[in-house]
Amino acid sequence: MSIQVQNISKSYQNNLAVNALTFEVKEGELFGLIGPDGAGKTTLFRILTTLLLANEGTATVAGFDVVKDYKSIRSVVGYMPGKFSLYQDLTIEENLNFFATIFGTKLEENYDLIKDIYVQIEPFKKRRAGKLSGGMKQKLALCCALIHKPKVLFLDEPTTGVDPVSRKEFWEMLKRLQQKGITILVSTPYMDEAALCDRIALIQKGSILKIDTPDQIIQNYDKTIYDVQSKNTHQLLHDLKNYPTQYSVFAFGEFIHYIDKNEAFNSDELENYLKEKGHQELVIKKSKTTIEDVFMDLTNLKQ
Amino acid sequence: MKRFIGFVTKEFYHIFRDKRSMFILFGMPIAQIMLFGFAITNEINNVNIAILDQSKDNETHKIINKISASPYFHIEQEINSEAQIESIFKKGKVKAVLVFQNNFIKDLQTKKQAKVQIITDATDPNIANTITNYINAILQNYLLENNAINQPNYQIQTQTQLYYNPELKSVFTFVPGVMTVILMLVSAMMTSISITREKELGTMEILLVSPLNPLQVILGKVFPYIFLSVINAIVIVTLGVFVFGMPVQGSLFLLALESILFIITALSLGILISTVSNSQQTAMMLSLMGLMLPVIILSGFIFPISSMPLPLQIISNIIPAKWFIIIIKAIMLKGATIQIIWKETLILIGMTLFFIGLSIKKYKIRLE
Repeated sequence: MSIQVQNISKSYQNNLAVNALTFEVKEGELFGLIGPDGAGKTTLFRILTTLLLANEGTATVAGFDVVKDYKSIRSVVGYMPGKFSLYQDLTIEENLNFFATIFGTKLEENYDLIKDIYVQIEPFKKRRAGKLSGGMKQKLALCCALIHKPKVLFLDEPTTGVDPVSRKEFWEMLKRLQQKGITILVSTPYMDEAALCDRIALIQKGSILKIDTPDQIIQNYDKTIYDVQSKNTHQLLHDLKNYPTQYSVFAFGEFIHYIDKNEAFNSDELENYLKEKGHQELVIKKSKTTIEDVFMDLTNLKQ
Repeated sequence: MKRFIGFVTKEFYHIFRDKRSMFILFGMPIAQIMLFGFAITNEINNVNIAILDQSKDNETHKIINKISASPYFHIEQEINSEAQIESIFKKGKVKAVLVFQNNFIKDLQTKKQAKVQIITDATDPNIANTITNYINAILQNYLLENNAINQPNYQIQTQTQLYYNPELKSVFTFVPGVMTVILMLVSAMMTSISITREKELGTMEILLVSPLNPLQVILGKVFPYIFLSVINAIVIVTLGVFVFGMPVQGSLFLLALESILFIITALSLGILISTVSNSQQTAMMLSLMGLMLPVIILSGFIFPISSMPLPLQIISNIIPAKWFIIIIKAIMLKGATIQIIWKETLILIGMTLFFIGLSIKKYKIRLE
């Protein structure tokens, strides 16, 4: 096991940020922590990177205890905090060289590991980090986190504030790093990125709602979701919420996702009901379940 | 060692790329020493005075000539009546009026006593005081010469001798003072700001999650400032010596060692401040309020400690700057050796060890 978390809890004053979390990440796995802001992802990352002490529970990273062996952990993990945390007044090259020296290595030593990423920012290597675009900053931060060939890589919301193209590229890079044997724990508030992980933990308000592979999570979901659309979305949302057998209604892109309480739900009845309400250009069709649907449902259940 | 060099190189990049740091480091010392040297001074030179000579005899003329021949005074005008005194003071043209009474020479010869009145504009009390002393000195000098020529006269003369700073030059106080202030500012404020900046920007998080240990981080942070502070000290002493004629009686080597000791004291204070503050602003406020003000006010730089109320005198003992000012004044002006200032030196060493110990105890290996 690369990461083992046992019953970890952490509270700030009286706010419980992380509540009795337990999970494991296998070696070489790309594990995703999926949850909205304030779910406790950053706190968990800081506990695992030995920056914070948990109030309760134990955890190990790469076989080392996060409290006792914090020094050993600090030399074998790579950490990329959520906030861009490199020296803005240093150039790309200077940042990389600095992190290489403090980890007792050289840029050339693990060059094959960062090559794919580095070649993309190399043309700007004389530019100061503060003047880079969001995507380039992200790539530089990843390079710096990788420079000492860590065994475990912690990426806290690496794609927040990055454009969609860069996000896609970033995940491709992660996949390639994983093939080189690095265990990766990544957190993200974007549900669509969940499908790119080997396994994910859905996390909300400091608790884990579910841990599984993205496919299994979707397959195990037993309810049927319908995409509903009409000309007047606002009115549609209101009418659907008033439908007697509705289980859950929420906006999802251009559609509204509707789930009924009854398994024997017939969409024709709903269509008639909505037509009576005067909806035009009505569309009702079965939808493909996404991680976000499962997440919304689990969150509702909990409340 | 490689890590240390890498870290120090990075620190130098930060310093040299930040205009504010560069200004505080190199603009400030020169600006301060020039300011204190040329603008803020108690010395008098070419002060305008007026004369009201009601006697107009030989002796008063002699005295007036003596005064106008001195480099300290310039006789702006002679007035004729006491009524004019008030109005010329109000115009601000003169700082003092010298009044000779009627029958000056007669009184002097018959009663062996004549009266001279010195009226000064005391809106600036220090200057008024100095003017009075200077005029008095000239008058005494005149009397002395006259007595010698005319008739020997039993008289008790007080002879004042000012050691170490016979001309009462203010440069002798402000060079040690400015040096203390600058070293404190550069060392304590700049280090505390540069450490808290890492916290604020989040880079501290990455430094913590690295094999660097706290000692390496702190030493790496502190080293560039030791280096720059030493350069500053050299600049200040050089300016003091060559521009303002400040003497260095004692050993330069001892002066350098004591300065490095004080720089380390200030740095350890800076580290201590950075362990208790989380933002650059807090660090700056703490350094300014907690260090700069005491250094300026309670160290004896501007206000003599002996004339402070007792509680403040006691408090001044815990201000490292007080001891450093005593030390460098002793070295520069009195040519003191370590045998003379060992006590002050020990106090500074003790304070430094205390601050370092406290900082190490307070330094966080984690985020909270």
